Amino acid sequence: MLTNKRLILAHFWLAFIVFGVALVLGAWQMFVRSPLNAWHFDPEFYYRSVTAHGSAMGYVFPTLIAMGFGYAISEAALERPLVGRRWAWAGFFLVAVGAVVAMVPVSLGLASVLYTFYPPMVGNLFYYIGVVMVVVGSWIWVALMSINLAAWKRDNPDKPVPLAMFANVAGSYLWGWTAVGAALEIIFQILPVALGLRSTIDAGLARVFFSWTLHAIVYFWLIPTYIAYYTIFPRAIGGRLYSDAMARISFILFLVVAMPIGVHHLFADPQVGAGFKFMHSVFTGLVALPTLLTVFTICASAEIASRLRGGSGAFGWVRALPWQNPIMLATALSLVMLGFGGVGGLINMSYQLDASVHNTQWVTGHFHLIFGGAIVIMYFAIAYDLWPHLIGRALDSFGLMRTQLWLWFIGMIVTTFPWHYVGMLGMPRRMAYYDYANPAISPQAFSVSMSAVGGLILLTSGILFLIVLIRGQMAAASEAGAYRFSVPLHIPVRIPVALNSFGLWLALMIGLTVVNYGYPIAQLMTLPQTNVPAVYVGASR
Amino acid sequence: MSDQPLFSFRNPWFSASVGVTAGIAVLAALAGLIWLPLAQPDLKLSGIWDAICSAAGVPRVSSQGTAIQPDFKTSNVVMTSEMLKRPDQVSIGRGATLAQRCAICHGPQGVSDANSPNLAGQFAAVTYKELNDFKTGARVNVVMSPFAATMSDQDMLDVAAYYSYLPRVPSNNLDPKIPAPQIVTTGAPMRNIAPCGSCHGDIDNKAGSPWLGGQSAVYIKAQLRAFASGARRNDISQQMRNIARHMTPEEIDEVARYYEAQP
Repeated sequence: MLTNKRLILAHFWLAFIVFGVALVLGAWQMFVRSPLNAWHFDPEFYYRSVTAHGSAMGYVFPTLIAMGFGYAISEAALERPLVGRRWAWAGFFLVAVGAVVAMVPVSLGLASVLYTFYPPMVGNLFYYIGVVMVVVGSWIWVALMSINLAAWKRDNPDKPVPLAMFANVAGSYLWGWTAVGAALEIIFQILPVALGLRSTIDAGLARVFFSWTLHAIVYFWLIPTYIAYYTIFPRAIGGRLYSDAMARISFILFLVVAMPIGVHHLFADPQVGAGFKFMHSVFTGLVALPTLLTVFTICASAEIASRLRGGSGAFGWVRALPWQNPIMLATALSLVMLGFGGVGGLINMSYQLDASVHNTQWVTGHFHLIFGGAIVIMYFAIAYDLWPHLIGRALDSFGLMRTQLWLWFIGMIVTTFPWHYVGMLGMPRRMAYYDYANPAISPQAFSVSMSAVGGLILLTSGILFLIVLIRGQMAAASEAGAYRFSVPLHIPVRIPVALNSFGLWLALMIGLTVVNYGYPIAQLMTLPQTNVPAVYVGASR
Repeated sequence: MSDQPLFSFRNPWFSASVGVTAGIAVLAALAGLIWLPLAQPDLKLSGIWDAICSAAGVPRVSSQGTAIQPDFKTSNVVMTSEMLKRPDQVSIGRGATLAQRCAICHGPQGVSDANSPNLAGQFAAVTYKELNDFKTGARVNVVMSPFAATMSDQDMLDVAAYYSYLPRVPSNNLDPKIPAPQIVTTGAPMRNIAPCGSCHGDIDNKAGSPWLGGQSAVYIKAQLRAFASGARRNDISQQMRNIARHMTPEEIDEVARYYEAQP
């Protein structure tokens, strides 16, 4: 039963509005730095736009989706109204106001530091305050998810926690802990400089703190997608989830090993020892494990659904799947993009292979394919699936949905494959201008133009998505019934306490963080003379 | 749910997960901190402890004796973005008196047609740094070096404050309509040349970069050539030498004419 529909809808609508604006900026960026556009303006505008695009897509959009979806899961899976409704609204307004507070200085050109902050660059104070408000708002959600689970457990001591809620709370704990890194960086290092109390900053330590957040944040974005794989997809295609325990183990593995791996973003940084880079690399490799488990379980669930529909043969069952169903299509396209993006990721995280692609467009291609592709396409699917239950009207533009999903997939492939390629040719990322007339760069001109076309396809798909939702808003009222999650093949009656609680896994998560980050952070904090002068963005230098 | 205590080695989930996690962490640490560094002969490690320290990133004090010292004086001025931003009136007044002896080349109002640099309206930090470099010998000029040699630190601060206080005067070749050369707006990325404008004012102004508008073209050209040949080397971290070395003679002519024509 969804009782707080307005709360959930508010999160989703704000998320998709922010997404729409950031998508336009993204397409514009693709265009202006491509050979299709003759360079004719201040590059600062480009960095302003990149900062706004990254902050909106990285902090605001997925956070709101995770929060809104999380509240929906809490009510639908636990079958009781949300505890702390007022707090949830307070969290929502913190995120909304924070997003505006952060975006004003960015649009004024006072905080073009990119969403990854990049000290010693320091932007306007209000940019960081806005980001902190977004994070604090999301921490309210983390607390509420934990409280709602505890309240349910108290009343149902002998029942296993529903899978959707278990995964949801795992995602919230992951975010609660991983956001600590960036929070430490902002509060103790950047804000004193932005306030003018200090004029120097330890850029190396700041980057280590940010790496604490930077990789696991991706898994926080990924968790709603994985929840949709496990708890929406099998039900939507008329099948059953292959294994409930496998699903729980996947989310537990994310919780434990997604955290202590961020230093693989710092392979080219001198302030972290090579030994710790290797250790982080090992744990990054381990994160492939829950993804492989998931791909296996989801494919097995699809096979169950297909065979129930009369599919047969070793591979013939694939044809019998309900391909007309948007959730089926979205999941399949998502898994394809996850596959390509995952393979690229294994290259990024390998110490030696990374050296050939570090800080090139390859990396931009990689995270757009994983986040923009595999993850966001499932956000669309979640919206399509949940919308009728939220607005009490049916979404019936199925043809439009399929077109939209296909365009998103094609657009993302056309955008990111050429990016990977020019990255291998050595094209650096985060640059506003490339001299394509230069013989050394001109071979990249075609690929870059192609990826700009991909950006326009993505924009078209984004517009179609909003049209589907708006058409739903105008449809006749129809009751969608209670929102249900998929049922596992073997319904768990009694499960081990380890698969039904988080204490052990949180202890391992924090323990591994201390093992992998403790020494590098302690060393940088105690070393003298590691600060460099801050570079104030937008100020006269 | 199962009544078995979670945090107990009798719980197989606990012992297996903690055991496997700790095992992987220990193996990764052994490989990353001991085995891999020792496998690299180039590191010339003396033992296991040395390997661990090296791989953990413990900084080592390098022997100062072996550092190669330059055979010329380098600038000892530390530039910051806030340097000399707020001159006081007393300093400007003292500077006006001291600047009388500069007037013969730099003009009574800080502007001259003698192709010596125009100083009116120049950032105080820039003038101060150059005077300081002439005094220490980091920059050498037959006329300027003897003048600077006798100046105190306060003298240099005052003169710099005075010239930054004077209004900028456009040159006789003022022509704001002249289009900005490409090297000024976009630089030459493949030669590692940042746009001139990203430091010298058209796009952004960075600490220590002089204002070039209205500057004598002859002077700009001479300085770029001096940077390229290495005759002048008081630029911090070789910023200008690295750029000037990769500029073509045509580009040097172009930027000199462009900046002279700017206000």
